[in-house]
Amino acid sequence: MKSNILEWAYKYGALFVIGFVIVFFSLWDEHFFTYDNLSDILRSISIVTFVAIGITFSLAVDGFDLSVGSTVSLTTVLAATLMVWHEQPLIVVIAVPLLAGALIGMLNALLIVKIRIPDLLATLAVMYIISGIHRTYTKGYSIYNNMQMSDGTNAPGVFQESFLWLGQGQLFGIPVPVVLMVLAVILVHLFFTFTKWGRQMYITGGNEEAARLSGIRVRRIRLAAYMASGVFAAIGGLLFAARTGTGQIDAGAPLLMESVAAVFVGYSVFGAGKPNVIGTFFGAVLIGVLLNGLTMMRVPYYTNDIIKGSVLVLALAVTFIHLHRRRA
Amino acid sequence: MALLSMSGITKSFAGVPALRSVDFELRSGEIHALLGANGAGKSTLMKVLSGAYSPDAGVIRIDDQAVQIRSPYDAKKHGIQCIYQEVDTALAAGLSVAENIMMDKISAGGAGLLNWNKLRGEAERALAQVGADIPVRKPVEGLTLAEKQLVLLARLLTEEARIVIFDEPTAPLSLEEAERLFRVMQRLKSSGIGSVFITHRLPEVFRMSDRITVMRDGERVLTEAKDNTNADGIIQAMLGKTFAAEFPKTEAAIGEILLEAEGLTLGHKVRDVSFTARSGEIVAVVGLVGAGKTELSRVLFGADRPESGTIRVKGKEAILREPVDAVQNGIVLVPEERRKQGILVQESVQRNISLPLLDALSSLGIVSLRKEKRLAEDVIQRLGIKTSSPGLAAAYLSGGNQQKVSIGKWLETGANVFLFDEPTKGVDIGAKSDIFSIIGELASRGKSIVYFTCEFAEAIGIADRLLVMYDGRLVKELSRAEATQELILLYASGGEDRKHEI
Repeated sequence: MKSNILEWAYKYGALFVIGFVIVFFSLWDEHFFTYDNLSDILRSISIVTFVAIGITFSLAVDGFDLSVGSTVSLTTVLAATLMVWHEQPLIVVIAVPLLAGALIGMLNALLIVKIRIPDLLATLAVMYIISGIHRTYTKGYSIYNNMQMSDGTNAPGVFQESFLWLGQGQLFGIPVPVVLMVLAVILVHLFFTFTKWGRQMYITGGNEEAARLSGIRVRRIRLAAYMASGVFAAIGGLLFAARTGTGQIDAGAPLLMESVAAVFVGYSVFGAGKPNVIGTFFGAVLIGVLLNGLTMMRVPYYTNDIIKGSVLVLALAVTFIHLHRRRA
Repeated sequence: MALLSMSGITKSFAGVPALRSVDFELRSGEIHALLGANGAGKSTLMKVLSGAYSPDAGVIRIDDQAVQIRSPYDAKKHGIQCIYQEVDTALAAGLSVAENIMMDKISAGGAGLLNWNKLRGEAERALAQVGADIPVRKPVEGLTLAEKQLVLLARLLTEEARIVIFDEPTAPLSLEEAERLFRVMQRLKSSGIGSVFITHRLPEVFRMSDRITVMRDGERVLTEAKDNTNADGIIQAMLGKTFAAEFPKTEAAIGEILLEAEGLTLGHKVRDVSFTARSGEIVAVVGLVGAGKTELSRVLFGADRPESGTIRVKGKEAILREPVDAVQNGIVLVPEERRKQGILVQESVQRNISLPLLDALSSLGIVSLRKEKRLAEDVIQRLGIKTSSPGLAAAYLSGGNQQKVSIGKWLETGANVFLFDEPTKGVDIGAKSDIFSIIGELASRGKSIVYFTCEFAEAIGIADRLLVMYDGRLVKELSRAEATQELILLYASGGEDRKHEI
């Protein structure tokens, strides 16, 4: 009986909390449960969700990627400078950051899979390197339309309308980034559920040695997962630039915590017990709703990290208590 | 007067008796060899002595005083020390030799201040006693395995050991290193310490020990002074009365050579191994635990890369960097550690079976669940896997059925060479005979089987040809007709048999 309740709480606890929080904020403030505010919440979590999908990939192969935050920062300023400094066409503005994300993933995989540095340490180092690169590249300045350059002239370019549409536009009355997020969640879910690659990732993460002895190319699978992690973080960076219309320096730094928390909240959703993209999405929703509602309650923004950190600790506690109970 | 006497020691695990009223005695200054086949109860008996297990019944006396040994700490208090094979578990890798030797003194503390010069001096003296020349400031992680063993020996000298258990100490050592260990054992002996010497190597037994005790099926079957017995007598005692092996050996037409290994070498565990296996043939590689069978099977499967040597499949050299290369060359392995390596326990039976075949089962990367299910149902039916449905997690199957899943995943891969590493370990008798008939059927379909086992009777029952492995080498080839358990055990223990030699 007791274990049934616990099992139920584990499976549906996160969803229950989301529902509770939404009801609570709706009662607190009539502006909360409005179409505008809800679509605002979804738009704000779309970037987190992309970054969190990246982390879902690395966790699926039993790895970890701390460098996603700085990848967001780098790709944000890359997209911005390609438009503002170099006036490149849209395709280049999008392709180059994605390529950068893939390269960062390859670097992580080289360190972790080939040189065998523990994943947390390797990606911690890469996180700082990438962060340093993006600051060096912009000399510490944020990028904006026709910004003033260090030689006193003005930069030639501006953010293109078509690029801004990705972050600010609407499709059938729904914000474009929300449409992209829902598409990505569905596609990645299908990838993990129905393709051989998705399955090989989970199996590699479940027991690498058994996977290897079953003839799976585990190194290649782990490389692919880290590259996917980098690419999804890069998409997050592009959306960030498109949404703000600037190339903010250090844009991605706060996203790491939110994304990690989202993924671990997602572990328990529907009792999956492993990284899964649907759960990750709900995790992102929970964090988005919390931050939005607390802002409405005029809780100062500088307490945000306390909220995010507490959500992460709670999610980790639930996940690991459940894990050890099942093992016992 | 006996230094140690254990009498009537009885121990069961979940109702299965592991020790049945075993008596064992050790005198001061004696080296007492404890022998037995795998699973005979040697380790269990020594774990009772060292406090890792408490016996269900029986009395342990030291100096004729009954003592209670409830924990490893109690054992230490009574001067009982153990040198395990896995020396690393007993050492702190990052600390210096001196710190490791004086560990107990250091943790005992006192006022909290340590006199390092005094500690190092004591450590040096202890090392000198075991005849080791190792700088005491050196970190332990930089030592060879043999040196680590000596550090452990030095440590137990500082802890006033009276009884030392050597659990297969020579297995990982080179000849010279073993010699050095033997000198230390002699020194311990002359200082009055009683040693229990567990080993699979008969030459060592006859060289080092004063008395020999043989165990079989949890019972003590023989205790003799060394000079009153010989290798044949000991082997008879270890095996008991020879029982006729009843295994369904299916006859298969033996054809061309499919697998050829030449000069394979990997560390101490695989040394210059060459052999061939033909289509339809079952070749058993037999040897005791630790002979290098698992290591050889992993090299043949590409899981570990050999330092030298070649593997040929159907006469063509196969470069095996990863297991996937072996699979593509038609070599597959059913590994010993079923639950850790053979299957993924958290995945369903169906997903385990389809794992090596995902490419064939999917188009454009999408796995056809319909084809996958059909494959799984087919394999489940052919091998008689008992599962409520293909979707059941493999964790819920019995050991024998898990083993069948581990075999079943390879059936449709088109593999020609099947490597089996201890496939009957921990499976019940029914599943065992199923596994034998699966293997027999594979052979009759022209597959080549290499069967690695320490179960000699099973090997004789199933194999066409037996290769005896000892200390990383294939030391003897026996045909099915000439193989007996006695003969295998003799070669597997490093013995040589003149009268069978042609």
